[in-house]
Formats: sequence, structure tokens, C-alpha cells
Amino acid sequence: MTKKQTLGSAKVAPYVFILPFIASFLIFYLYPIISTFIMGFQQVYPGQVEFIGLENYRKLDNPEFKVALKNSFRYTVYTIALLIPIPLLLSVWLNSGNRTINTVYRSVLYIPSLVSIVVAGTIMRLLFASSDKSLVNTLAIAVGAEPRQWLLGGPHQAMILLLILALWRWVGVNIIYFLSGLQAIPDELYEAADIDGASQSQKLWRITIPLLKSTTIFVTTISIFGGFAMFEESFILWAGKPSPNNVGLTIVGHLYNKGFQEGEMGMASAIGIVLLIIVFTLSISFLKLFGFFEAEGRR
Amino acid sequence: MRKMAKLWNEERADRRYLFKPEVFPFEDMHTKCWFPVQAGTGAPDLVDIEIAKYPNFLKGNIQLAPLNDVIDPVRDKFVTARLDIYSKDGRNYGLPFHVGASVIYYNMEILNAAGVDPYAIKTWDDYMKAAKVVKQKTGKPMTTIEVTEHWSFWPLIAQQGSDFLDADGNVILDNATNVKTLQYLKDLLNSGAAVATPGGFHHAEEYYGFMNDGGAASIWMPMWYMNRFTDYMPDLAGKILILPMPRWTADGMRSAGMGGTGTSVTNQARDLELTKDFLMFAKGSEEGNLKIWEDLGFDPPRWDVWDNPRMNAANKFTEYYQNDDIFGMLLDIKDEINSVNIKEKLPAVIDRLKSSVMIQALQQQNKSPAEALKEAADLAR
Repeated sequence: MTKKQTLGSAKVAPYVFILPFIASFLIFYLYPIISTFIMGFQQVYPGQVEFIGLENYRKLDNPEFKVALKNSFRYTVYTIALLIPIPLLLSVWLNSGNRTINTVYRSVLYIPSLVSIVVAGTIMRLLFASSDKSLVNTLAIAVGAEPRQWLLGGPHQAMILLLILALWRWVGVNIIYFLSGLQAIPDELYEAADIDGASQSQKLWRITIPLLKSTTIFVTTISIFGGFAMFEESFILWAGKPSPNNVGLTIVGHLYNKGFQEGEMGMASAIGIVLLIIVFTLSISFLKLFGFFEAEGRR
Repeated sequence: MRKMAKLWNEERADRRYLFKPEVFPFEDMHTKCWFPVQAGTGAPDLVDIEIAKYPNFLKGNIQLAPLNDVIDPVRDKFVTARLDIYSKDGRNYGLPFHVGASVIYYNMEILNAAGVDPYAIKTWDDYMKAAKVVKQKTGKPMTTIEVTEHWSFWPLIAQQGSDFLDADGNVILDNATNVKTLQYLKDLLNSGAAVATPGGFHHAEEYYGFMNDGGAASIWMPMWYMNRFTDYMPDLAGKILILPMPRWTADGMRSAGMGGTGTSVTNQARDLELTKDFLMFAKGSEEGNLKIWEDLGFDPPRWDVWDNPRMNAANKFTEYYQNDDIFGMLLDIKDEINSVNIKEKLPAVIDRLKSSVMIQALQQQNKSPAEALKEAADLAR
């Protein structure tokens, strides 16, 4: 058999096609995950690695890690609370009425997600700079309010800035998901509802939202990942320095500090494993709660 | 460095050094350098490592090459405290860019308007009194105090022989001197004669704008801050006078060596000897040190060049500042430049100063200086 025939045979070809994926999965995902797991039990210094048992995990019992956990958790909850309803309503609105205008709006809302976080965060930092001459403070003064030190103003203000950034960036992406969900809903349902004399809000609550359930579950799940993985936003917003009072410290931020600022790669790995467990547990229990696995089984 | 590479290659046809520098942002540079050093492959021959990150590279089995053999012939010409900060167990791993002597920069336009003579400010008590006069006469603050970094605080405690860590690397962040000094900063702020630095720290865009507009009458920072004035605050040209810092006691020290970036040779360098010799030529030779001043505006770590006529030749720095003889002033305080301890726990301590201590004790004032320092010290221990 020639080489060409081997590659072309029905048995081998599928494996050849998935080889790039399998290889990159093994090299870039599985291997790092396993070595992170091992490094979690080690003290890793240049040229000197020792096993230290659970010491890294014991050291996680510190106030900074708790702050990071709390911040990440709050950020995730708030982003889900904002990034589900707002894009949902916007996509319902974009799905009705004048198509040309809607296409324009859709692009406008989507563009922010193409901007790199570094650029967006830097612009945000300068907009909210503490000087009286920053854009936001200029506006504040124009309407008679006091100029503020936005980025140094405590946990609530910090969270609001992070949420504005998240909202600006991710609304467009979630709209795309919801729009594709909406287009899968058959028009007949709405026509039938019209004949029965249903109002707009009844149609929304009784047809649109229930039928978007699987889209909503999907968007929520990726928001859980996104929320807990958040790091760049707060890193850039405070110009790469630790945020005042750790208001912007997230789990990944803490991981970065330990691994790259303090050179404790072992401890950073331990944080990574804890993060993995948290996200895994949360998303699995969320999916279970909403009967995602059952629905799959039935199909 | 590029100029020095050219000079090296002109003089030594048999040992040419191909110098290919890459410039990175601060965090990026250290991360990109940290990985290959950990991994044992892929590191550049020469690396710049900032002082606050340096201890990370001295952990474990050190992957940098000791430079003792190239330093030894001229060791006595260096301000040796600046070699010690990049050393461990008697081995020197990095060459400094500068002494980083802390000085105070006065905006003479404001001081003259207030009728305050900076030469009469001998102690920090005098400074506090003068600050109140400036505030009262001109309505402007005497100075700005960093609330998200540590440069307003570190030189002041180092002047008094205190530090964040002791010589053995133990955390002494919350000792009595440090508490008292942080309290001084708080009092200065609360008297109205100082304000929290716009933007939080002295490298913030907001601060440059504020200071450039004549926002405050003075600032204490190390000598390497000179080029921030010339680059970012052009409107203050001809108005700034550099003096040694006030003392804490009648015979106290007037300066402290602060900050820095060490250039090191990794043990992955292709030709270790050549790289070490080149580094020593570029940063450790007389010519290299003169260039450090002429191009960068830093106070070079070899004091034997400080009275070289080239140090007084007109350049953008001598034109900008009112001083007639900047290095004469520096020679005058040469023996009063206290050093700091750069040990393993430093990155952790500095992280906490930036993220909590300064904010809590100075800006929000929801914790007393003693409480804020104690909490951070315990965390770092």
C-alpha cells in the first residue's frame, strides 16, 4: 500500500484530521494542567525544586486570598446580573423592526469586543483619571458635581468601574448569542399568540424567554468562566500596580502576584488549582440545577 | 548601552559584541525574563532587573553569573552599597545604573513668592514650618505625598537608618521609627500643607500635569527623577533647585540611595566572559558612567567621575535646573547616602505598601499608621 492510500483510508483519515487538535490539547492544555497540579505541592525556585506537601495550600489561608475570592465572586454575580438581561432585551429589540438600522446598531454594539482589553482599560483609566481635567471629572464639574478620585475611591466605586468596562465590552458578544437563539424560535408561535391577542410583554415572558433557555444557560456558563478568570481589566485599570486596598484584586490577580511578582510559582499553581475546582463545581452545579444534562439525555 | 556597544566594537576588532537590545514595559520585561530563567533555556545574555524584583532572581539556585572578577579591579571606585543591593553571599550579580541619592526638588517660583529660603530648611521640623508658611502665603501645597507607592516614605525612613527589612531579611516594617515617620507624613497632609499626589504616585500622568502647572512647591525623590522633570514638566525649566533632603536630627543623614535597576548576565549567555567584559565596559567603566549622566541624567555609581569636568558641561539637565554644580552637592553628601536592604521578602512588602499601607494610613485614614504598618508587616512575615 502506498503512503497516499494509508492516509486516505477511512480508518486513518479522521485521526489525521483531528491530530492538530489532539496535539495542541495535549501539549498546551493537558500537560500544563498536570504539571500545575504537581507544582502545587512544590516550592519552585530557579534551578531548585522541592516537594513541600500541602504547605502551599495551607498558606492560602490569608486575608488577601479571601479578598480576592470575595472580589471575584462579587464580580461574577454582578456581571451575570447585568450581562444576561440587558443583552437579552437589546437583542429582542434588534430582532424586530427595521433590519438595516438594526444591522448598524448590532455592529456598533459589537465593535467594543474587538478592542483589546489593554486599550480599553487604558482609555478607561484616562477617562476616569483623578485630575480635574479628566473627561469624566470635567463632565462632573459641568453638571455641578464634585470631581472625584475615581480609581482611588474604595471598593464600590472600583466595582462600578469594572462593571462599566465589562458591560461596554461584552454586551455586543452576548447580543450575538441571543440573536442566534431568537432566530431559532419559529415565527408561527408569535403569529399564534397574536391571534390569541397576547400583549408584547406576554409574548416576551411566555414565548421568548422560555425558548431562549438553552442560550441563557450557555451565556451564564461562559460568564461564570469569564467572571472568575477576570484579571486584565483590573490590572490595566490600575496601571499594573496593586489596586488601592486590593479593591480590584481577583483570584487570577492574586495568582499573578504570587507567581510573577513574588516569584512563588508553587503557590501560584496551588491558587490555579483552587480556581479550577471553584469554577468546575459552580458550573456543574449550575448546569445540574437547570436540568441541562437531562435535556441532553432526552435528545 | 547602544553607544557603548559602538565604542566597544570600534576599539576591539577581535572581540566584537553584537548588541541587540529589546525594550519592554516594566512588568512585561520581568515576566519575560523570569520564565526562561526558571526554565533554564531561552534567556537573553544580558538582563535589566529592577530592584524590587531582584530578590526573586536571587532565590534558589541562582541563574545569574557572579561579576566579582570583573568588578574587583575598580571596586573601590564604586559606591559599594549600590553593588551590595544586587548581591548574595558576597557575590555581586548586577551592575547598578545609579546611586539614586534622594534629594529634594524645590520650585523656587513658589518659594520666592512665599518668602521661604530653602537653604534655611535644615530639618524636617523646619520643613513642616516652611510648608505652613507656603500654604498660607500662596495657597499652594508645599508638597505632594504618594498614596499608592512608597517613594515618599522609603527615603525618609532610610535616612534614619531604618528600612522595611533588616540586614538579615527580617521584616521590620512596623518598627517605631517607621510608625513615627508615617505619622509625620499624615500630619503634613492633615495640616493642609501637603496634598495626596494627584493620580496617587509621582509617575502618574495626573501628577506631571499638576506639578507642571506649578501645583506644589517641592517634591523629594531620588536623583533619577531629574529626567522626569525635563521630559514631562517642561514649563518648570529654570525654576527648580535641587538640594539635599532635610535631616531628622541635627547630625542625621541628608540622603538615602533609592531604587535602581541592576544589569546582570544570565548563565545562559553564549559567551560568558565576553558578555561580562562588555557589561563592565558599558556600565562599569569611567566612560560608561559619564554616559549614564550625559544621556540618562542619573547619578553614576562610580564616584570617581563625579568631579570630572564632563559632569559639569552644559546639557539639558544643567540647563533645566538652577543648580550651578549638581555633583558638587552630591560629593558633599557622598557619605550620607544611607543604603537599604534588598532581601527575599522585599517584593511582598512593597506590594503591601502600594496596595494597603499608604492608602489606609494617609488617604482614607481609616487605620492609624501603626495599625496599617503592623498589619502589612504581619502579612509579609
